[in-house]
Amino acid sequence: MSEAILSCREVTKRYGALTVSDAVCLDLRPGEIHALIGPNGAGKSTLVGQISGAIRPDAGRVLLDGQDVTDLPVAARARRGLARTFQVSQLAGGDTVRDNALLGAVGAAGAAFGLRPRRDLAARAAAALDRIGLAPLADTRAAALSHGERRRLEIAIALTLAPRAFVMDEPMAGLGPEGTAELTRLLDGLRHEAPILLIEHDMDAVFALADRISVLVAGRVVATGTVATIRADPAVRAAYLGEAP
Amino acid sequence: MITERVLTLGALAALGLVALAAHVADEPFTVTLATRAAIFALAAVGLNLALGLGGLVSLGHAVFFGLGGYAMGILAWHAQMYQPMRIGPLEIAGTQSMPAIWLVAVAVSGLAALLIGLLALRTAGVYFIMITLAFGQMFYFFAVSWPAYGGEDGLSIYVRNGFPGLNTLDPIQFFGLCFALLAAATGLVAGLRRAPFGLALNAARQAPERVRAAGIEPQRLRLAAFVVSGAITGLAGALFADLNRFVSPAMFSWQLSGEIMVFVILGGAGRLSGPVLGAAAFVAMEHWLGGIWEYWHILLGLLLLGVVLFARGGIAGLVTGRSHV
Ligand SMILES: Nc1ncnc2c1ncn2[C@@H]1O[C@H](COP(=O)(O)OP(=O)(O)O)[C@@H](O)[C@H]1O
Ligand SMILES: [Mg+2]
Repeated sequence: MSEAILSCREVTKRYGALTVSDAVCLDLRPGEIHALIGPNGAGKSTLVGQISGAIRPDAGRVLLDGQDVTDLPVAARARRGLARTFQVSQLAGGDTVRDNALLGAVGAAGAAFGLRPRRDLAARAAAALDRIGLAPLADTRAAALSHGERRRLEIAIALTLAPRAFVMDEPMAGLGPEGTAELTRLLDGLRHEAPILLIEHDMDAVFALADRISVLVAGRVVATGTVATIRADPAVRAAYLGEAP
Repeated sequence: MITERVLTLGALAALGLVALAAHVADEPFTVTLATRAAIFALAAVGLNLALGLGGLVSLGHAVFFGLGGYAMGILAWHAQMYQPMRIGPLEIAGTQSMPAIWLVAVAVSGLAALLIGLLALRTAGVYFIMITLAFGQMFYFFAVSWPAYGGEDGLSIYVRNGFPGLNTLDPIQFFGLCFALLAAATGLVAGLRRAPFGLALNAARQAPERVRAAGIEPQRLRLAAFVVSGAITGLAGALFADLNRFVSPAMFSWQLSGEIMVFVILGGAGRLSGPVLGAAAFVAMEHWLGGIWEYWHILLGLLLLGVVLFARGGIAGLVTGRSHV
């Protein structure tokens, strides 16, 4: 897929005898939500690590906007618009919500060594918080946020990064049904801003949101297709959906 | 509630007032004590940037303090002996001008911080502490064993260095210089904290993964902070040497690194007002308690224990009722 914004080509990672990513091929096209599902331990987070640059693949390439970024560190990929959220929230807990959002705007602008406060960046952070509905909490310290608010702040930071592609590792994890519904609505609107590679356990959310689904089992992509295809795929049902609640 | 800004300005003002009152009451010794506190506070402003904001637990900041001290000692010694320094074909006359000495002190200690930082920042946690400590010991033993500049005995400078338009031998005027530099450095750090640089450095201490994912390399921030930190502490070293008109390897000692850290933690790590509060409290205890009881360090130890266990925000935290900014 030459039009893909993000692609994995034969990405392979082994931990000792365990192959956690087995020649994974995956692509994320403009405007889509591409869900990556698979049982616990299938290697989803490890793949996210390799896409974001935190983990080096043993073999294979990662492409962003058609350019090989396999050798680039995390920060360089982020500056190119790879916006990820973490399975376990990573926030500066002692800083306010506003400052956490500002961090993304500062990074995207390459202004981390700036010696003067930047109004334009503050405005960008405020706009992201506004969209995500966190504006009223701007002065709250991140450590004082509820779990769901932290999840949303993660997404707000990703928004400030001028994203080309979102990679979200289980953003719904730990949210109640209400929180999940709210976040589902939010992500639905984001796909036109930048496509989303969505790692998610919540099948209702996945079926509601995904344009395409890939199924990862023991490090291998065993199927990729539309929601209807994946639902019907007998191999998928056996390997994964059968076990899903 | 007292804000950080008010507390910082208040602490600085109090230090200035103590010195002025002592001057008016004709108690030059108390002016000198206040000067000592201002210089220690300046050293702590340097460390606080690395430790409080950057999370870099350096047990080697005496390296920069000592380099600043020796920058002053060596330059002034050559000047007072009318004996130029020879570096290869180069001949450099010494100087007894404070601004020139400060410039050299800042440049040398900043450069040392760059080199040490490049190495030490490859590690983290306990290893970072050990590497910075090891550098401190290296400089200490080098100073002890290098005979050219007094070795173990150190260097005495007969006349305090000069500053255009001031009589630096007058305690209150010298205090004024040190105080102005302390205020300027505090202002610099306050500005950095409000700027994107401070925001990113502060976040890098708390959540490095997040900072990377935001497109920022934490290591570069830390290195820059370490260099500025070392340069500020180096400037304090040059002033300290001028205060005592004497410089010796003790300025490189790990005890001194520890004391600078005590100022920061006692006052409140990461707090803008922390260095002044911590250094002033230390100097006050050193003088009053030390005058009564020779083992006053035991009390200091207990106080530190109390701070670490019950009041992480140090004195600043107790006053503002917040453990962190
Ligand atoms: N650093 C590591 N060293 C060894 N094994 C690892 C490491 N990281 C992950 N694994 C293993 O790789 C497999 C995939 O983990 P992970 O990518 O977290 O799965 P998922 O996110 O799909 O639940 C698991 O069996 C896990 O134990
Ligand atoms: Mg996972």
